[in-house]
Amino acid sequence: MQWVNAIVQGILLGGLYALFACGLSLMFGVMRVVNLAHGDFAVLAAYLALAVITGLHVPMLWSALIVAPLFAGLGYVVQRVIIQRSLDVSPVTTLLVTFGLSIVLQNGMLEAFSANSHSLPSGVLAAGSFRLSPQLSVGYLSLIVFAAAVALIAGLQLFLSRAPLGRRIRAAADDPEAAAIVGTDVRHVFGIAAAIAFATVALAGIAFGGYSSFDPAAGPQRLIFAFEAVVIGGIGSLWGTLLGGIILGVAQALGAQVDSGFGVLAGHLVFLAVLALRPSGLFRVRLT
Amino acid sequence: MLEVSGLTVRHGQLEALANVSLALAQGETVAMIGANGAGKSTLLRTIAGLHRPAAGTIRLAGRDITGLPVHARVALGLVLVPEGRRLFGSLTLEENLLVGAVRGRPGRWDTARVFELFPWMAERRSRPTIHLSGGEQQAVAIGRALMANPRVLLLDELSLGLAPALVQRLYDVLPQLLEAGMSLLLVEQDVSQALRVADRAHCLLEGRITLSGRPRDLSPVEVEAAYFGLTAGPT
Amino acid sequence: MSEPTPRPIRVTRSRRPATASAVLSAIAVVALLSLPYVVYANVTSLLVNLFILLVLATMWNLLAGYAGLVSVGQQAYIGLGAYIVLVLAQNGVSPFLGIPLAAAGCAIAALPLSLLVFRLRNEYFAIGTWVVAEAVQLIAVRFPSLGGGTGASLPGLGGWDPALRLALTYWAALAVVVLALAGAYLLLRSRLGLDLTAIRDDEVGARSVGVGVSRAKRIVYVVAAGGAGAAGSLLIISQLNVQAGSVFSVQWSAYMIFVAVIGGLGTIEGPILGTVIFFALQQTLAERGAWYLVVVGGLAVLIAMYAPQGLWGLVSERFDLRLFPVGYWLHGDDAHTEGFFGRLRRLVGRD
Repeated sequence: MQWVNAIVQGILLGGLYALFACGLSLMFGVMRVVNLAHGDFAVLAAYLALAVITGLHVPMLWSALIVAPLFAGLGYVVQRVIIQRSLDVSPVTTLLVTFGLSIVLQNGMLEAFSANSHSLPSGVLAAGSFRLSPQLSVGYLSLIVFAAAVALIAGLQLFLSRAPLGRRIRAAADDPEAAAIVGTDVRHVFGIAAAIAFATVALAGIAFGGYSSFDPAAGPQRLIFAFEAVVIGGIGSLWGTLLGGIILGVAQALGAQVDSGFGVLAGHLVFLAVLALRPSGLFRVRLT
Repeated sequence: MLEVSGLTVRHGQLEALANVSLALAQGETVAMIGANGAGKSTLLRTIAGLHRPAAGTIRLAGRDITGLPVHARVALGLVLVPEGRRLFGSLTLEENLLVGAVRGRPGRWDTARVFELFPWMAERRSRPTIHLSGGEQQAVAIGRALMANPRVLLLDELSLGLAPALVQRLYDVLPQLLEAGMSLLLVEQDVSQALRVADRAHCLLEGRITLSGRPRDLSPVEVEAAYFGLTAGPT
Repeated sequence: MSEPTPRPIRVTRSRRPATASAVLSAIAVVALLSLPYVVYANVTSLLVNLFILLVLATMWNLLAGYAGLVSVGQQAYIGLGAYIVLVLAQNGVSPFLGIPLAAAGCAIAALPLSLLVFRLRNEYFAIGTWVVAEAVQLIAVRFPSLGGGTGASLPGLGGWDPALRLALTYWAALAVVVLALAGAYLLLRSRLGLDLTAIRDDEVGARSVGVGVSRAKRIVYVVAAGGAGAAGSLLIISQLNVQAGSVFSVQWSAYMIFVAVIGGLGTIEGPILGTVIFFALQQTLAERGAWYLVVVGGLAVLIAMYAPQGLWGLVSERFDLRLFPVGYWLHGDDAHTEGFFGRLRRLVGRD
């Protein structure tokens, strides 16, 4: 029964990883940019949500309504001011710049918020759970996060394939110059894609903050888990990312069941095994 | 409609265009001919806004557009059909056309009109374009450009890599575009094809215009001389 | 277009004779060698840290500046190098003898790992190397004999006279730095350096003219791993203990990347200048806690965006200066001033 429980918790944890991976996948799919500060921005969102929750006395889920739009704006600005400029220099530059940004964010947050860890007060969500059997219960929060991840991926998929703006984003991703030739303001469209990605980063950061405690140095590990989910699932596939997240979550939960220190390493080993055996990911589905 | 004066473009140390001037009246077709590397594509790409000129101005309907970004020129009615088609691989045929209408001017061209021009497209509208033949892809590229209702259409190497019969069919639709008062500036390696459809032609050699005139006034010897730079061409 | 009659062209490595830099380098090395007799141990200890950073930045510069491999996981080899020295010392091998063995061990480990991370193209390679570093760390802490997560102290140097131990540590670090710089210099002047330059300028083009792109990249990756391993072994020797969370920290990647970017990627001099600047900033901002990383990181971001050739690039451009020339110069009539295409045309025209 413990094992079944581990698998269920792992699947739900996979939802959180998929939430983190969405933004990474979108930024790479559209702009060919790997944002190495991805996890640090998520931690920043968690701090922002903490400020909103304690400052305005709103419940955790409501804080997303304020933080996500703010992050969308931040994403647009970061794309237009920093990432686009780096892309114009060279692809390598985007890595150097986002890595530098990651270190600046981490240490800036360390100075601003101290190294103490915090968690978001999620109230009844954290405590409440569905009891499926005496040994098996499912927390409200993890269920909500999982449902949010599924809804977000479905929504993104629908938006990209159906909405006129999604079509323009795909066109700009295919061939930026050709998109410009037919009248698309590619920099603006990239900015919008980054805004969407950053809004998902905000959601992921808030979900993470509700799940567990966070501190200024928590970002890199979030980035790594998101990245592992993307690669296991197959680069370029949003639904694959969800499955990749689930596999990673289950691997970590089962690993932790074996030995409490083995969880994260088990996830890394699954990732490395996938890389060695099926480098294109387990699920090769097209983005659109 | 389109006025280019004193256009100079440099790629690093290389002068791709040197002091090129030309004009395009409404409803007129002008052809640029010249050998590989003469600067024809650079000229069209600069007019479209993909290269920044080192000197010179580009005016569209009297307005100076030299500093405008590419997409803003499309909104004003200047649209390029690029060399190599450059269709969007992850979009369907119809979606490719629709992206073309994003910043376009209002006008007579929409998907229905494009399907009228190329009837075979209607039934393949929801298929991706990668499976289309070269000629069909070129037609989609033209259709995509038309969706913006251009006043000036820049056509870069329409015939490149296509069978002569297909090229002929593409050129056959050009008169229908001119009906509505559109102007065409086309770059072509196929000299005889270009001279057949153009009202006026310019020959480019190493970034300079070496010969200009109406096709019927140009003798083959003159064209050959200007094309290959055998003698100093009349300027 | 009438070309002036071309005068004979000479091709040399540098515009000035390279002997000048060689003499300067030799003087610098001799001066540095004698330091333990002249200054207090706190100065040499500081220099050991500087040398470790310089080795790391030089190796990272080979990776990113020449092979286009942006690795964020070189700390895997720093940690591995440190733990190899620890295990050897636990079995009676002198830690100083452990330095070359650690470098060799890391280079050997890098070979199979390269097969894994090289499957990730370009952008994803960066995080892939990072995951490998995390995994190596998590494996290292699973051995209780290595101290687990809390760390272990290095045996084998306890009975030594501290002054002698510190001087030896300093000389060992100096030797590693000289080897790393000389190795990088010779590597880049070799056929491989030419291949790497071709890859850096145009990878597809290089592949099409028969440059063994993945072989060249793999060699650089292995060499860089060896360098990082040597740096890690110096680290444990200078600190006399090792802690997994610290040697495997991604902070090391931050240091080497910032140093290389600020100094200038794609030159040997860049990381040297970058190390000096980084150290100066670190010492100046020492009381301000983590702010120095905010400042240094911000500086690196700005330089990467607005002056990608780095500070050394700006200096060498302005003063036409090259200490370690790895490229070629053409001496013709006005071969230098007429630019690349002019030179090329002239060369092609003559042949």
